[in-house]
Amino acid sequence: MTGSSLMVVVMRRIAVAIPLLLVISFGVFALVHIAPGDPVRSLLGARTSDPVTLAAIRARYHLDDPLLVQYGKWLSQVIRGDLGVSIQGNQAVTSIIAGRLGVTAFLSLMSTILVLGLGILLGAVAAFRHGTWLDRLVVAFGVFGVSAPTFVTGIFLLYVFGVMLHWFPIFGPGSGFLDRAWHLTLPAIALAISVMAIVVKITRAAMIEELSRDYVMFARARGLSSRRILFAYVLRNSLIPVITAAGLIVVGIVAGAIYVEVTFSLPGLGALTIDAILKRDIPMIQGTTLLFAAFVVLTNLLVDVIYALIDPRIRFCRVAS
Amino acid sequence: MNTAVGRTYREGPLLEVKGLTISHGAIPITTSVDIVLKRGETIAIVGESGSGKSLTARAIAGILPPGMSATGAVTLDGIPLMRVSESELRKIRGFRVSMLMQDPFTMLNPLMLAGDHIDEMLRHRPEFASRAARAEEVKRRLAEVGIVDEDVARRLPFQLSGGMCQRVALAAALARDPELLIADEPSTALDVTTQAEIIKLLRRVQRERHMGLILITHNLRLAFSTCQRIYVLYAGSILELGDAAAVESQPFHPYTLGLLLSEPPVDLRVPRLPAIRGSVPRAGDVASSCAFADRCDWVKEICRTGKPPLAAREASRFTACIRQHEIQGELDALRTAAVLAAPPITRPHGETAGALVRVDLLAKTFAAKRRRPIYAVKSVSLHVMPGESVGLVGESGSGKTTLGRCLVGLETPTAGKILVNGIAAEDFGAMTKVDRALVRRTIQMVFQDPYSTLNPRHSVGRALGEALQACAGATSAATPERIASLLEEVGLSPAYAMRRPATLSGGERQRVAIARALAVKPAILVCDEPVSALDVSVQAQVLNLFRRLQVERELSYLFISHDLAVVRQITERIYVLYLGEIVEEGPTERVIENPHHPYTRRLVESIPRSALPRPPCPGDIRT
Repeated sequence: MTGSSLMVVVMRRIAVAIPLLLVISFGVFALVHIAPGDPVRSLLGARTSDPVTLAAIRARYHLDDPLLVQYGKWLSQVIRGDLGVSIQGNQAVTSIIAGRLGVTAFLSLMSTILVLGLGILLGAVAAFRHGTWLDRLVVAFGVFGVSAPTFVTGIFLLYVFGVMLHWFPIFGPGSGFLDRAWHLTLPAIALAISVMAIVVKITRAAMIEELSRDYVMFARARGLSSRRILFAYVLRNSLIPVITAAGLIVVGIVAGAIYVEVTFSLPGLGALTIDAILKRDIPMIQGTTLLFAAFVVLTNLLVDVIYALIDPRIRFCRVAS
Repeated sequence: MNTAVGRTYREGPLLEVKGLTISHGAIPITTSVDIVLKRGETIAIVGESGSGKSLTARAIAGILPPGMSATGAVTLDGIPLMRVSESELRKIRGFRVSMLMQDPFTMLNPLMLAGDHIDEMLRHRPEFASRAARAEEVKRRLAEVGIVDEDVARRLPFQLSGGMCQRVALAAALARDPELLIADEPSTALDVTTQAEIIKLLRRVQRERHMGLILITHNLRLAFSTCQRIYVLYAGSILELGDAAAVESQPFHPYTLGLLLSEPPVDLRVPRLPAIRGSVPRAGDVASSCAFADRCDWVKEICRTGKPPLAAREASRFTACIRQHEIQGELDALRTAAVLAAPPITRPHGETAGALVRVDLLAKTFAAKRRRPIYAVKSVSLHVMPGESVGLVGESGSGKTTLGRCLVGLETPTAGKILVNGIAAEDFGAMTKVDRALVRRTIQMVFQDPYSTLNPRHSVGRALGEALQACAGATSAATPERIASLLEEVGLSPAYAMRRPATLSGGERQRVAIARALAVKPAILVCDEPVSALDVSVQAQVLNLFRRLQVERELSYLFISHDLAVVRQITERIYVLYLGEIVEEGPTERVIENPHHPYTRRLVESIPRSALPRPPCPGDIRT
């Protein structure tokens, strides 16, 4: 019953996600044509415009076919993992992206763990100390974090912990797991601070509400241990809104990674995208955009599944006959 | 069942509360409450909203909401509960004192299986270390509260009915075999028939376990029929205390008498409900006088010179009324007079020609996405004659509210006919503008919740003025005089026109809502549970208002209610609605005294009655 109803929820979400991905892919594909000027010129980049190269580009991107056919062919190439060739180094877009993905993924993951872990913890502390100076301090910290731009926080952290205290390196992505974690600590913190306020606020509000619930009082009246009440009642129930927002938060982190990578000169996807935009490298822009878009859609799909796992009411309500 | 074996019993009462004073910051909520409970005894703390009864219960268990503090002493079996640490208290809660709360739907964790609420209470015991052993025990515990369907333990609270949730909660509260259970309005949020079942269950469990029980309730009748001793709490202080039977037959405090009389009896129609005037004050406002002084008919200067203490009058009888010995004769006389019945209203029955409202085979189905449609009302036919007051009785889910909403055009029925004053009114959208205005002027509605029925931003005068303007063909403007006369009609002074809903009590709001409905001079009011959200003493005032208006304005009522006692006071004829169908109809007296349908019988039997026989009186002309 439970397993199958969960499957129904997942299938339903996937059924929504697929058309969404198609729409996005069409938008990305259309970039070539939306960009000002002749698409061939756009794709040519810095290369010399001799007729042979132009013809090769026309053939490569099927530019002589009708638009929808072009799209179909492009899509089938994309599905097979062929995103075209960067106009800069004649290197395949996929291989460049693959080379840069590691740093961004590491940075985003580290930041997400920081945001959710620290954010939920701070939110919980504020809720339990509701109305005290500690509560106000946490809220003030959140407001400060969300209002300070990431690159400012980044530079501040770099200066204090990198330049002055020499605790953390100020440059480069590092190699190997520990070295990389060490190198990426400051960027991850800078990134986390900007998003954490949302998690703190949502957790705090949800927990304050949960703490005043009848069933929490009933649990106390039955003499359950405070640990049991905290985990099985308050925390689990207040995580639902946090999970709902987690999709947005993760997306926010990945988007924020662009600034942070530039600030900390990290060779990640964000830096790559900025670079591609500056150089009007359309295949590269297509590649990174498509990757980000797919990531957003899949993250939300994942959040929906986790949501259904945590809140059994979702499963039962949807499938109740 | 009782695992009290091995517990060393001390002499003396199980629970002793002395001078319990609860305050919210500087605002007092209760003033020096004393309670004594012997082992295995059942007591009731009776009070209206604002009396501080629920907070007293929570103070005993040591779980006051944040911001509230209590002073005084709560002693459980020799342990001073208010002086031990929170971790010590945790070993007492559940094990020795447990609590059951009002709303069954919010008492259980919505994300936790019903059975887990009991399971988590057992984990500390070594014999229940294994999951299987606990599951077996959960089954046994559920059986104790009358749940034999094993599947219930594996369901989520939202999949269970209110009564079922309340049973699960009771099993969870009792899982560590406490010696004292505090039940805070355990049946109030439930349907009438379920209420009776839960109370019966509570009494059975209490007897079997020889457990102390404190029942917190606003319902005197329920208190008398369930408990041995009664504490009457009013605005934070105890006004009367005594054995249930003694208090019921001869109350020693005017407030207790007033409460008793305000409660509409189900077995007869009284000429007029003796209502207490005004509404419950805040504890802080009556700190240095008798709390009831402002509403008392016997008030004298001496009542206001200080707070009268609770004093013994007879063996185990206490009252806070210092004039009790002077006025007892008058109180007794009123108590006896109250059982006089008014003659039943006689009206030729079977006459249906010229009905004001006629409903023919009405059905309303709510289509739901991916789910079975809900058949809220299935082929209901009824009629209301001009000037007639008709009751529509049913529990939640009976379709009574949907039917009422169809009548005033808030819902469009799926099938069937509605005739209002001869105009077809089943589909307000399809009517001509003139007809629609005519129907809206003929039929008006009074809603259940007086707190959400008025726009909080509009003053009373503006709300009434708007209603007066809405009257089609209104030639004159809504003058202050007309607003004042409307207010006067519902027993409020013209000064109320300036006030906003937030400054009004529940009873006053409901009066304003009635005045608003009366503004267009309707012929019939559809009243959807208009008094169920009000305190007993205020409910009586509003019921009297309804009765006066019926006579003065020759109004008809369709009175929707779950409360047979209320319906008995106000209607001539009733329809009993069950699962969307009318199962019985007839004159009110006949249906309540001699119900034909099994469901009606169950409804009538569910009303708590005292064990006392009603004193015979010559004026009783019941048929």
